Amino acid sequence: MMDEKLLLALILTVSITAAAGYLGTLMLTKRMSLAGGPLGHLTLPGIAIALIYGFDVSLGAFLVLSVAIFLIWIFERWTKLPMETLTAIVFTSSVAIAFLFLPEEETVVALIGDISQISLVSVGVSFISSIFIFAVIYKIYKKMVFIAISEDLAKSENINVDKYNLIYLAMVALVIGLSVRIVGSLLTAAIVSIPAATSRNFSKNINQYAFGGAFIGAVAGFWGVVVYKMFEIPIGPGVIIAGTIMFLISAIFKRK
Amino acid sequence: MVYALNAEEIMEGNKNEIVLEVKDLSVILADQKIIDNLSFRVKRGETLVILGPNGAGKTTLLRALLGIIPSKGEIYWHTKNISYLPPSELMQRRGVMPLTVNDFFKIKNVNDKQVYNSIESVGLERDCLNKRLSHLSTGQFQRLSIAWALVDEPDTLIFDEPTSGIDVGGAETIYSLLHKFWQEKALTILLVTHDLSIVWEHADNVLCLNKKNVCYGPPSRALTTKNLKDLYGVGVKYYLHNK
Repeated sequence: MMDEKLLLALILTVSITAAAGYLGTLMLTKRMSLAGGPLGHLTLPGIAIALIYGFDVSLGAFLVLSVAIFLIWIFERWTKLPMETLTAIVFTSSVAIAFLFLPEEETVVALIGDISQISLVSVGVSFISSIFIFAVIYKIYKKMVFIAISEDLAKSENINVDKYNLIYLAMVALVIGLSVRIVGSLLTAAIVSIPAATSRNFSKNINQYAFGGAFIGAVAGFWGVVVYKMFEIPIGPGVIIAGTIMFLISAIFKRK
Repeated sequence: MVYALNAEEIMEGNKNEIVLEVKDLSVILADQKIIDNLSFRVKRGETLVILGPNGAGKTTLLRALLGIIPSKGEIYWHTKNISYLPPSELMQRRGVMPLTVNDFFKIKNVNDKQVYNSIESVGLERDCLNKRLSHLSTGQFQRLSIAWALVDEPDTLIFDEPTSGIDVGGAETIYSLLHKFWQEKALTILLVTHDLSIVWEHADNVLCLNKKNVCYGPPSRALTTKNLKDLYGVGVKYYLHNK
């Protein structure tokens, strides 16, 4: 019979990596894959506080991410500086502040993730959140593709571009918040970009691409947990290396 | 301000054969006046060509008419069935996502029969449906764009430089197609182009725009040498050769 901890680890990891892979296909379409990196780094103080006070790292990450996004938004209004400059300032400051109080023994966990201390509640919340993200992305996918082709064209067809972009960004924040538990704050760009890029290499149309991203994310999550259990490799690098191997295979067999 | 009229008001416009009324339209972007106090009307079945030099506000005008950007003044559409195509270079099809021709049509919630009819009407084969948009030639993509714009049977088309980036032969094919659909479907067309020969061949009215209205009316009256000089700032003439 399967070990209960292993089952929980699989449900947690596969649901989050599948949702991240699915969302990642939209992020690639909008050329935002790398944004997952800075957003992940932003969460570091939240992870540090969660580790110190013993509450859920995803909750800490999500709270700090919300504050950081608000700060970027308000600084943009005050200074009119480009959004990417402000993001760079906020995320590097965030990392610097986190290292002022992050306990040394927790550094690796905060940077590359850990699923050794998961509870049934946190797995349940992560699973339901992943289903929710999947459902929302499924609902907005077609409209987001339309917006990616041409915002003007989408607006001329009465699509509320601002509303859809806001929903999309909220899903990005939610996925990053959930993902930090598995891949830490350092590897979040990979969890959204590698499945999407791999799926892009294999797929012939937009449906294959979108669902392929979710499938490859799920497979990477599955193998990440397997190598974590078998070889005690930390879960974050395990998931990313599994994804990278699939990407390499897809690159070799990429259709001409 | 763009006004979407109710059914009764649209009917009133139908009686008057007016599709679009623009009154005192001004557009200010980044503290710069791009369009200044523009007024004109478009009748049902009319082809209005919008001419002007680069930076004259042609694309801005179309975007304001569609409510994509804010504007001052009044814009009344006596139809809700409008299809718009931005300049092709603004359509992202660089292969970031594996979007097929079929995927592109299905964005619009149309059925297979409508898609088949539409692509065949522009001379494309059904087997192109599984091709990626990024694998089409510029000419094929422009034909496809027209098919896409027409697939849900609009009564008004708004095209922004539909032949930019295509050679003379390709451009001629595109305009012939537009003319064919204009005749078959009694379409109202608003068209931005730099091509003066299109104005003479296809336009009922021409709007010469350089931030403000430089000239407006049938081409034979509006396109005088003086107006063209006022429009482009240099001596531009158009010679109609006897056949």
